[in-house]
Amino acid sequence: MASVVPLKEKKLLDVKLGELPSWILMRDFTPKGIAGAFQRGYYRYYNKYVNVKKGGVAGISMVLAAYVVFNYFRCYKELKHERLRKYH
Amino acid sequence: MNENLFSSFITPVVMGLPIVIAIVMFPSIMFPSPSRLINNRLISIQQWLVQLTSKQMLSIHNQKGQTWALMLMSLILFIGSTNLLGLLPHSFTPTTQLSMNLGMAIPLWAGTVITGFRYKTKASLAHFLPQGTPIPLIPMLIIIETISLFIQPMALAVRLTANITAGHLLIHLIGGATLALMNISTITAAVTFIILILLTILEFAVALIQAYVFTLLVSLYLHDNT
Repeated sequence: MASVVPLKEKKLLDVKLGELPSWILMRDFTPKGIAGAFQRGYYRYYNKYVNVKKGGVAGISMVLAAYVVFNYFRCYKELKHERLRKYH
Repeated sequence: MNENLFSSFITPVVMGLPIVIAIVMFPSIMFPSPSRLINNRLISIQQWLVQLTSKQMLSIHNQKGQTWALMLMSLILFIGSTNLLGLLPHSFTPTTQLSMNLGMAIPLWAGTVITGFRYKTKASLAHFLPQGTPIPLIPMLIIIETISLFIQPMALAVRLTANITAGHLLIHLIGGATLALMNISTITAAVTFIILILLTILEFAVALIQAYVFTLLVSLYLHDNT
């Protein structure tokens, strides 16, 4: 699996499936690296949906929908007793 | 029904991690900071709202009181956004916890009182005795005024907690009643559903009003003391 471009600089979609474990191990898992990942993700979303000339309600409502789904996952244990089932 | 009525108010813990910290910090993502002269629509709307609110709220203060502008504006933004986010389904509202509201109310109130004592000692002590009281009443009145001073932070915290908690509980109860009534009598369920819609509109208003009242009272205590 020799590659022309060194493994360190490839983006995820260019990594071949066999190289995936070594690519994951190569990533930066220090606190600074994780903070950098969150920051990159935040700015990717922000610049695509919010920081545009004619942004709409979609940018912020996607965030709120994800928040609702996250909270649903969090409360699932109590909520599953309230389903309409014969046997809980 | 007994156990899970209050289960939306317990501190959220996911797999042993206290994610309440993440939930308290979540509203800050909704307020990006402006970086240019003309910003995107979200930031422009928020800037306009903040300017409108700050002009209205800080107009009664003098120079010294207006140094509290940042504190008061961030307070009303935080409480307002936290209350509004709590109206989404299944979400956790930090302002329903008395501990957090006490943590907001006591330092702010203590800040206003200590500012008054430091800079205008005689005037802030004079607040304990309104003008023109008959002489025999003076000792009792001083005791009453002291009690009313010390009850201010408690009232601030408990007012916010009780209003938001009561609103959430009512929504839970009436929503549960609507679901239970659906199989028994559809018309009663429809009436209950209309009550639920009205209650939700009220809760939106209450969320904003509570933020406003909290901030207004803090600014009033500040005005007395600067």
